[in-house]
Amino acid sequence: MTALDHKLMRDLWRIKGQAGAIAAVVAVGVTLLVMMSGLLTSLENTRATYYQQYRLADIFAPVTRAPLRELETLKAIPGVASVEGRLQGSALIDMPGQPLPVRAVAVSLPPYRAPNLNDLYLTQGRLLRPGRTEEVVVLKSFANAHDLELGDEISATMYGARRSFVIVGFAQSPEFLFTVAPGEYVPDDARFAAIWMNLDAMAAAYDLDGAFNEALISLERGAQPQAVIDAVDAVLNRYGGQGAYARKDHMSDRFVSEEIGGLRATSVAVPPIFMGVAAFLLYIVITRMVQSEREQIGLIKAFGYSDVEVGLHYFKMVVFIAVVGAGFGCVFGIWAGRAMAGVYQSVYHFPFLVFGVDPTSFVVGVAVSVVSASTGGIFVLRRVFALTPAVAMRPPAPTDFSRTGALNDRLKGWLDQPSRMVLRRIFRNPGRVFGAVIGIAVGMGLSSAQMSVMSGFDDTLDLTFGVIDRSDVAVTFFEPMSQDTVFALKHQPGVIEVEPIRAVGAVLRNGLNSYRGSVTGLVENARLNRAVHKDMSDIAMPETGIVLAKSLADILGIGPGDVLQVEVLEGRRPILQVPVASIAETLLGAPAFMRMETLNALMREQGRVSGAYMRIDSDAFPDLIDQLKDMPSVGGVTRREDARAAMQKLMDSGAGAMRYVMAAIAGIITFGIVYNTARIAFGEQSRDLASLRVIGFTLGETAFVLLGELAIVVLLALPLGVGIGFYLSTLIAAGFSTDLYQIPTAFRPEAFGMAGAAVIVASVLSGWLVKRDIDRVDLVATLKTRE
Amino acid sequence: MANTFTTKGLTKTYGEGAAAVHALRGVDLEIPKGEIVVLLGPSGSGKSTLLNIIGGLDRATSGQALFEDQDLTAMSDRDLTLYRRDHVGFVFQFYNLMPSLTARENVELVTEIADDPMDVATALSMVGLGDRMDHFPAQMSGGEQQRVAIARAIAKNPNVLFCDEPTGALDSKTGRAVLHVLNDVNAKLGATVLIVTHAAATAGMAHRVIHFADGAIRSVKTNAHRLSPDEIAW
Repeated sequence: MTALDHKLMRDLWRIKGQAGAIAAVVAVGVTLLVMMSGLLTSLENTRATYYQQYRLADIFAPVTRAPLRELETLKAIPGVASVEGRLQGSALIDMPGQPLPVRAVAVSLPPYRAPNLNDLYLTQGRLLRPGRTEEVVVLKSFANAHDLELGDEISATMYGARRSFVIVGFAQSPEFLFTVAPGEYVPDDARFAAIWMNLDAMAAAYDLDGAFNEALISLERGAQPQAVIDAVDAVLNRYGGQGAYARKDHMSDRFVSEEIGGLRATSVAVPPIFMGVAAFLLYIVITRMVQSEREQIGLIKAFGYSDVEVGLHYFKMVVFIAVVGAGFGCVFGIWAGRAMAGVYQSVYHFPFLVFGVDPTSFVVGVAVSVVSASTGGIFVLRRVFALTPAVAMRPPAPTDFSRTGALNDRLKGWLDQPSRMVLRRIFRNPGRVFGAVIGIAVGMGLSSAQMSVMSGFDDTLDLTFGVIDRSDVAVTFFEPMSQDTVFALKHQPGVIEVEPIRAVGAVLRNGLNSYRGSVTGLVENARLNRAVHKDMSDIAMPETGIVLAKSLADILGIGPGDVLQVEVLEGRRPILQVPVASIAETLLGAPAFMRMETLNALMREQGRVSGAYMRIDSDAFPDLIDQLKDMPSVGGVTRREDARAAMQKLMDSGAGAMRYVMAAIAGIITFGIVYNTARIAFGEQSRDLASLRVIGFTLGETAFVLLGELAIVVLLALPLGVGIGFYLSTLIAAGFSTDLYQIPTAFRPEAFGMAGAAVIVASVLSGWLVKRDIDRVDLVATLKTRE
Repeated sequence: MANTFTTKGLTKTYGEGAAAVHALRGVDLEIPKGEIVVLLGPSGSGKSTLLNIIGGLDRATSGQALFEDQDLTAMSDRDLTLYRRDHVGFVFQFYNLMPSLTARENVELVTEIADDPMDVATALSMVGLGDRMDHFPAQMSGGEQQRVAIARAIAKNPNVLFCDEPTGALDSKTGRAVLHVLNDVNAKLGATVLIVTHAAATAGMAHRVIHFADGAIRSVKTNAHRLSPDEIAW
């Protein structure tokens, strides 16, 4: 080790507090980077492995009723690797002790073999025995939510008939990572079930003997999905095909993709902020060090060390801090990524976790830290090079404040000397003050933005369940029913108001943009489930034309007056050209609305309803549920408060949980900058402060001179932080928003108040830590040294 | 005449045990009011330590130090701060001016908190800087900066002026000018002036010269004939 390296180690030890703080900021940035990329890699690997091992279909083709022989036709389509025909149907499961029946999808399993596609991962028990029509395998997440055990009996209503089953096994499946009940937007383990039954039992229950109502298709490598989808639709059309769709449009996969996308957006946006802050801190700390060591630098140069050697000495210090920080960041990142992946494994219902570390993230993390730290370091090197031995060894001239003299006249008279010292220091180093202001503002902005987004989630809930949907209960029917059903509902006990809807599955297309969703027919002046303008006023359903949610209009790239192609997936499957009448504000889902009569007329199915929203007397709820269960047409009942709770739960887990982590981390960087600003001010002024003490200034008066600058920096940073926070909150909200739900951005005083208060607390704490050093300063020693 | 300072058995020890350094080993001293006193001695002889203790910057290990009739060794930190604020002026080798304040403002720094300060312009005129009041330290020579430091020290009308190597960083011409100022301050304001220095020749202008060695007083001499700063060999 050379003598300079010894000096390096000792210098690092001397500034260990500050070096540690900076390394911590670097480490947090790298931790996030490594954690997020490791998490993303793990989730994507796990998903890919799961899909592959359990043979998730590439294409799903629902159909009303197709003969089994058509499976051979499908298999012959070029690009198709394998085909599985199966039955699936909706069911209502009665859970003991639960007022509401749970909606479920029943899926057939072929006898004597595993399904070619969409296999199950049996977690407990066994698969079905051939011929045992009473046996079922139940989705594990649902079973867990209801504490079901092997051997339990469940009773389910299928196609209007009630049947009893025995649970023989629990399973997970790649097609049910997230289970969303039809007509709902939010997955909920407890409120939607999947059960697997023997094929013949299914065929009997749904009257589908010798037929299939869903074809699962896997593709050969390199096959064009759209070409196969078109060919499949051509085959199944005459059997009531509802339009084949690719895996990416499957609800479960789409949900996982959206969540992973949200994580990716965060992983790209946040770490650079930390790197920028770390570079800035390194710059001010090392600059200060070079300034205070100018004599030593001169001496070392006088001995014959070159500029480069001396420069390298300081550069090493920068790099050392960055590398140590990045090293810790990598280790913590792997650890945190592993921990988070475990959490996500259970949120996403993966049966196993393929933990992956993205090695490029280490390289990127370390490289970015070193480069950003070096950027700060290069400015320092310029100073080192500029020092000649002779100049460096002369005592430094007092810092020149004459440039700030213009302030004199204005300062005179109403500012005492300590205040002038504070102001002149600020005007002397506007760049540094600006940097600190920006840094604190960014930290504050980041935390306020995260908190804004948190309340944005709440707004989504309030708008959806307070303004748009004002019903107590939503009922869906197995199939479109006549208006009589609505009258029947009206006469149930405790029903105050009933509002029918007609929902049809459809592909909405505008040029190259398309969205697979549904069109909901509403009564002209809907009250319980409404479309609303941005100002929350009602949108009356027009006689012609369609009303699109803003999110949907954005996906389709369409506006009022344009004509939308609606490819209905039910009934006669008409392809309609409908003008867009207006845009509705929604935050959940991507709905499209029409007047119910108009929709039915276009479908040539007058007077049909597919569900209803109801306002009820809550005391009558249990009786009403009993009555509804006995109505064979009722396919599902949803209580609004349950849907709201499910949404809340979703937002508190998964990608949503990340925002808590972010808010905490933003606090760390804010403190890092505030503390360093105070430390540097102390380092630069310790002599002045000692002089003030000697002259007879009290500790408090001296602290004012030191901390006044910090106070002004913080005061400037607060409003700027509000601005940055608002901007960041729109970015983050956009990143979190999906076509499944949108997070609105609005100015939220409470979020900014909290973030501002956190900055002030950090400042007071930093100020207190530094003020302790004033108390301890050795007056005599400080005055004797030349600086 | 009453004494400004009286010390009895004053000791100061840094560190403990074998590593202990005895900076002062029982100093008994009387400094009469209104005198210029020069403390001479090699490095580490204890002269600065004594000045720091009676200046209220440091605390004695044992013994007593009285300023007039107040016991400095019994004072709290806050009382010592007030003592420095109200009674003491300091002048240091490296000036210790606030770089962010002009000459005038550096002086005002003190007059704003003092009980009975003199006019700022008067203080600066006394050190011959009446015309450079609005310059910042960076715009002044070393001698000028030291004279601002002296103006700052005297502006509060101090009872005592402590000068630790006040000419140590100056050439002979500016050094003499500074000593003239100290002489004037003593003569016009009646302040007791204590000068710690290596420069033995400075002793010629003192009323009283105290020699230090190894933490103790070796000799105290009074000058029958005081030299003018101009007569001092540099």
